[in-house]
Amino acid sequence: MNDMVCPYLTNGLPKVRERPLDPPAIFGQLRAEEPIAPMTFPDGARGWVVTGYEQARTILADSRFSSKAAQKHLAFASDLATDFDLEKDLPPAQFEHMDPPEHTRYRKLLTAEFTVRRVKTMVPQIERIAAGRVAAMRAKGRSADLVKDFSVPMSAHVICELLGIPEEARARFEELSTQALSLDKKPEETKAVLDGLVGLIGEVAMGKLEQPGDDLLTRLIHGGQLEPAEILGVLLLLLVAGHETSANMLSLGTYTLLREPEQLAKLRADEALVENAVEELLRYLTIVHIGVQRTPTEDVELAGVTLKAGETALIHLPSVNRDPERFPDPDTLDVTRRAAGHLTFSHGIHQCLGQQLARQELRVGFTTLLREFPELRLDADPADIPMRDNMTIYGVHRLPVAW
Amino acid sequence: MTGTMPTTRITADPQVCVGSGMCALTAPDLFDQSDKDGTVLVLQPLPADARIGDAEEAVRGCPSGALRLAEGSAE
Ligand code: HEM
Ligand code: SF4
Repeated sequence: MNDMVCPYLTNGLPKVRERPLDPPAIFGQLRAEEPIAPMTFPDGARGWVVTGYEQARTILADSRFSSKAAQKHLAFASDLATDFDLEKDLPPAQFEHMDPPEHTRYRKLLTAEFTVRRVKTMVPQIERIAAGRVAAMRAKGRSADLVKDFSVPMSAHVICELLGIPEEARARFEELSTQALSLDKKPEETKAVLDGLVGLIGEVAMGKLEQPGDDLLTRLIHGGQLEPAEILGVLLLLLVAGHETSANMLSLGTYTLLREPEQLAKLRADEALVENAVEELLRYLTIVHIGVQRTPTEDVELAGVTLKAGETALIHLPSVNRDPERFPDPDTLDVTRRAAGHLTFSHGIHQCLGQQLARQELRVGFTTLLREFPELRLDADPADIPMRDNMTIYGVHRLPVAW
Repeated sequence: MTGTMPTTRITADPQVCVGSGMCALTAPDLFDQSDKDGTVLVLQPLPADARIGDAEEAVRGCPSGALRLAEGSAE
């Protein structure tokens, strides 16, 4: 061990967390010494890892940085064969990996579906969905796996409501999208599930042609702006971006509250705290733990370093959200702090399109659980709860709870 | 016109806005989003003094840089 040498990341991101709810300690060291530090991706490409809040925000808001898939790299070294070529195998309309004006075209077609006001009108539906999950949990007795029995089906059901997947197709849709989450991402399995989803969405879309509804899919089909293949692509993106994230946030958030009795007590004592608590849990847990990537299209000077054109910067969102210059005492969960300004949903033109829906879903989810189960507790030794260390989205694989 | 009071004016560029809703979440009395394309609508271009703090927070929080505060004048 040599204290003088900065701990460069030479093979992508480390997976080992010393504590399950804190990013690996190496990132704190990097942020203190070099908030924009060189790193080598597992494919051998040289780039940068960004751990400072201000630096991250600056890069994410800078139009000289591109989001194109061709320049993005796997963040974790993986022993799975990865012949999935992000650029070649991407369905159309994956605007998360596009720059303006292509990105703008898709995003503007969708933003009206996700406004603060529109999402508020969905609250009664979301409440009904959460109540339905609680009833299903109660029907099982006095214990359940919160992941399988609450979070994953709740999140899938909300997406169905958003997209306009009818009742009769919902069970199949939920099953396929749940499989998509539980797979350890072997390319051929992923492909089979994706094919199944594409087939199902196609069927549902045909139905909407004949019988329009008041939903996103109907508006896309009848809006006449997108080709059928693009509509499929948009739906897949919303599903991929929205299901796994919200589901993991519901489970990991509950796990965190159950492990922090003082914070939980504050929230139980004052339901109105939930908005703030959701914001703080989003910051503290930063489930997109592989961060986001941006590639400079020209040489960019920033905070004393030169990011050469083509050298991709990985914005490590979990460390950015623990920057003590932005969030005092950052490693402490405090449901009463002002957590607004966190970068959990990223920043810049790609900032999460579904964030208002995610917030609303989390508020309803936590409120419902706490209200309906005043005695909710972990039903396992916390050390035995398997964490999703090597998955794209952080969380817990299982969460046994009892009440 | 009698003595225009210098005051803070909110301006928004809907071309730049990406409809994140952060402004409408931070200060719902000052900002809304269009039903047509989700882009920002400024409800109160000249916010009361007591609301300027939240207006500033909304401008800082805007992910796309669509919002600006300028010294305007009440007409
Ligand atoms: C807690 C839940 C969620 C988290 C933490 C999350 C996180 C993120 C992040 C970090 C990005 C930015 C990627 C980048 O900058 O390159 C993003 C983009 C996106 N998210 Fe979310 N998300 C969540 C829920 C949702 C939901 C519920 C939906 C929709 C149903 C959704 C749809 C999208 C879409 C479409 C994009 C791409 C936006 C663009 O490129 O313009 N997300 N999300
Ligand atoms: S915060 Fe900025 S990008 Fe988001 S809706 Fe308001 S003006 Fe548009």
